[in-house]
Amino acid sequence: MEEVQNGKGYIGFAFRQSVPVMLGYIFLGIAFGLLLQDAGYSFVWAFFISVIVYAGSMQFIMVSLMTGGAGLLYTAVMTFFINGRHIFYGLSFVEKYKKMGKACPYMVFSLTDETYSVLCGTKVPEGMKEDKVFFWISLFDHSYWVAGSVLGAVAGSYITIDTTGIDFSMTALFLVIVVEQWQEQRSHFAAITGAICGIIWLLLLGPDRFILPALCYCVVILLAVRGSVEGRTTKQKEEVAG
Amino acid sequence: MMLHAGHSLAIVGVTAVCTILIRAFPFLVFGGRKEVPGAVRYLGAVLPASIMAVLVVYCMRNMDFMAISHFAPSLAAGILVVGLHVWKKNILLSIGAGTVCYMMLVQMVFV
Repeated sequence: MEEVQNGKGYIGFAFRQSVPVMLGYIFLGIAFGLLLQDAGYSFVWAFFISVIVYAGSMQFIMVSLMTGGAGLLYTAVMTFFINGRHIFYGLSFVEKYKKMGKACPYMVFSLTDETYSVLCGTKVPEGMKEDKVFFWISLFDHSYWVAGSVLGAVAGSYITIDTTGIDFSMTALFLVIVVEQWQEQRSHFAAITGAICGIIWLLLLGPDRFILPALCYCVVILLAVRGSVEGRTTKQKEEVAG
Repeated sequence: MMLHAGHSLAIVGVTAVCTILIRAFPFLVFGGRKEVPGAVRYLGAVLPASIMAVLVVYCMRNMDFMAISHFAPSLAAGILVVGLHVWKKNILLSIGAGTVCYMMLVQMVFV
């Protein structure tokens, strides 16, 4: 019995953590399903694509690649440019996910922008295994995306509420995580570096291509100041421990 | 319109494979080692703060300061989210209120 209760505890906790993503994913998913259906693909495609590709902005671009009959090499290059930023997400989870055994490949596959940020912001309660919590959050997020896509493809044209602007929930989620990280960390160097690199490269390259160079510059700058930042972080940890 | 199902399927396949390769890259490179290099461990700890800041810039990337209707909704709703979160520390409240505020601004005020 206790085992069952434990299981429920995990699912409930993970669900609450995933609610901010639910809103955004279901509505973005609906938008994707609608777009796909308009392009002449049925909900089976929407389901299939959202299950195996599971990449927000890239799926939208992919619809235009599919209708335009784009080349496969071009598709691959586009994917690397649009999703390239995901290379950096795994860096925080290499050791954690390695220990997760069978679930590891799924955890790696499902590491989207939103799941990454929720996992970064999740404080696992004492007595709960982080592995299980992370797994359920990832699975919840993925299912919202699939559900939204199918819903959009099947019933999207019947939705009469004006949902313009609902995508702001993603921006809001990211802002909340930034605020939480800001309040937790003594050194704000990394956050400020990210903001400045982001803005400079946005101004230099425009909205479509700036994110990868911005992230690369963050890595270079953070590595360059490693000695001093690391010193401060460990000092912080000692204070917490003491 | 849907041209060739086969070619569409190939595009989906290529996108899926490339996406998983990108996400798996750090694990393929560093996952096999017994000890993860210190630099990677350090980046894993500090990089999230940078990434989240870049993602916020990414979400705001289409703001245009030449026209008030192209930056005021994001800016106002963004300030509301940050303010509410510093004040109440309730994730759902911050995101919900910010999103509703943004939707009202783009649908009713800055149409």
